[in-house]
Amino acid sequence: MSMLLTRSAGAGKRPGRFRGLWNASPLTYLTLIAALLMSIFPIYWMIVVATRSNDVVSDVPPPVLPGGQVADNMGRLFDNPDAYFAKGLLNSFIASGCVTVSTVFFASLAGFAFAKLRFRGKNALLLTIIATMMIPVQMGIIPLYMIMVKLGWQNQLQAVIIPFLVTGFGVFMMRQYADQAVPDELIEAARVDGCTTFGIYWRVVLPALRPAAGVLGLFTFMQTWNEFMWPLAVLSPDNPTVQLSINNLANAYFKDYTLMFAGTTVAILPLLVVFIVFGRQIIGGIMEGAIKA
Amino acid sequence: MATDLRPGRKGRRPAPPDGPPAARRTWRARLARLDVKGAPYAFISPFYLVFLIFGAFPLVYTLWVSLHDWGLASGEREWVGLDNYEYLLTDGDFWHATVNTLGIFALSTIPQLIIAMFLASQLNRTMRAPTLFRIGMVAPLITSTAAVAIVFAQLFDHDYGFVNWGLDLIGIGPIDWQVSRGWSWAAIATMVNWRWTGYNTLIFLAAMQAIPKDLYEAAAIDGASRIRQFWQITVPLLRPTIIFTVIISTIGGLQLFTEPVLFSVDTPNKMDGGALHQFQTITMYMFDNAFGDDRYGYGATVAWALFLMIIVFSLLNFLFIRRTGGAK
Repeated sequence: MSMLLTRSAGAGKRPGRFRGLWNASPLTYLTLIAALLMSIFPIYWMIVVATRSNDVVSDVPPPVLPGGQVADNMGRLFDNPDAYFAKGLLNSFIASGCVTVSTVFFASLAGFAFAKLRFRGKNALLLTIIATMMIPVQMGIIPLYMIMVKLGWQNQLQAVIIPFLVTGFGVFMMRQYADQAVPDELIEAARVDGCTTFGIYWRVVLPALRPAAGVLGLFTFMQTWNEFMWPLAVLSPDNPTVQLSINNLANAYFKDYTLMFAGTTVAILPLLVVFIVFGRQIIGGIMEGAIKA
Repeated sequence: MATDLRPGRKGRRPAPPDGPPAARRTWRARLARLDVKGAPYAFISPFYLVFLIFGAFPLVYTLWVSLHDWGLASGEREWVGLDNYEYLLTDGDFWHATVNTLGIFALSTIPQLIIAMFLASQLNRTMRAPTLFRIGMVAPLITSTAAVAIVFAQLFDHDYGFVNWGLDLIGIGPIDWQVSRGWSWAAIATMVNWRWTGYNTLIFLAAMQAIPKDLYEAAAIDGASRIRQFWQITVPLLRPTIIFTVIISTIGGLQLFTEPVLFSVDTPNKMDGGALHQFQTITMYMFDNAFGDDRYGYGATVAWALFLMIIVFSLLNFLFIRRTGGAK
């Protein structure tokens, strides 16, 4: 009841002293616009430099608008002999794609089992999953590297894929969602109709999990795309991910800002596209606690 | 509906054994039972397989490696017991890196959470285009860390950087962001803050929206100012969220790696974190020992020290925030 009242107060209908309590003042807008500009500025600056030629970059005052050198800079970027940029891009797409598909699949499969199926040791196993979420994965990179050496996977792309095929975080997230999104009746009905357990997952559960699976997929893709330390340890400069390609550039061409920034722009571009298309879902995902830093 | 269906499923199981069709039925029933019993384990096993091989085993194995002098290139592998840990305690470079890490951590986490809390309180109002502001604020999160670190390294460039140019306009002389220890921490902390403030803002905003508004109305009737409402209603009710963000920031902050690595432009070895190691973090030191100097044993020791530090700091933060909250 009171919630209803405050609702209408929020809409600005209620007269008297509470009016405006929840309305944004000009100062609020000013603060938020300033914060917004700070957020966007480095990205914008990057794009400006990436579209300019080098002699303009050190101009005072600095340039404010994008220039017309895009094609030129991109050409230099992809022709650069040290960056292996095209290969880096391709590798990143393959690795991020594989990890995303596999994480969504295995995490939803396990999440479904934890949420809806009965089996012995379920609660204890679920606890171990939560515990694994606390462990920073990077802490194990030295032995992980040793395993890769044993398997002969150094400098192989699978080294940045296989260890990350599914995460405890993903399993837990899908479990939480499946728990409330899939009605038990639906599962029982499917079983009576003769569905196998996997059939139930595929035909009933997975479609119901689609919103959460989408968010998990987005974040897994972004995370894998951004991974830096592990690829740096296990891959070599001539078989890089796109982040390592940037690093290759930074090692040799740091003062060639337009080249560098062309590289960083291309490296961010796929994420930017994902963000523009799925911005709302990403916001929703963060606010529901769906992603971990 | 569910109660109608369940007996049907149970009734199917004891199939009467008479004649060939029934036999086939039993075989089927058995298969169905195997499916019901076995499927859950089959479904969760991929996670455990991946986790055991690539998650749990490496963590424990790190401990084993840390008890050796272990080189992959040299082929050396000698049991040294706790020698590495003893060395760590007196290793000036390690403690230097620890101070750097903690300094950057403090400069990033504290302002970041305060600003995020403030921005969340601003966003938690009726306004135009709320989604635009939210999306704009998390935009930094989706950029890749390595790319942004390079952009920031340029922005903080001594001669051509935007930041020094701006400071010059208001009459502050050029700052050497790379060379000075404190300024380099500040520059790196700025990157971290830039990336994560929006994320924390949304986390706080979500928690603030869950606070019933009549609490504020009641407080307003009692004559509490907005600032007082913020401190006495918002902050206490946000405590679990604050603990969450602090712990997440601690785990991330103590492992800081990508930003300082790519901030380093003048030194040949990027893991040094500047010529005087002025912004070398613990993770960089670990990485350099293992992958740079072929000292995997000692690198593993540093990794374990860092792991312990993360646990201790998370606990300390947790206790601290609970206590300060409880005192109110």
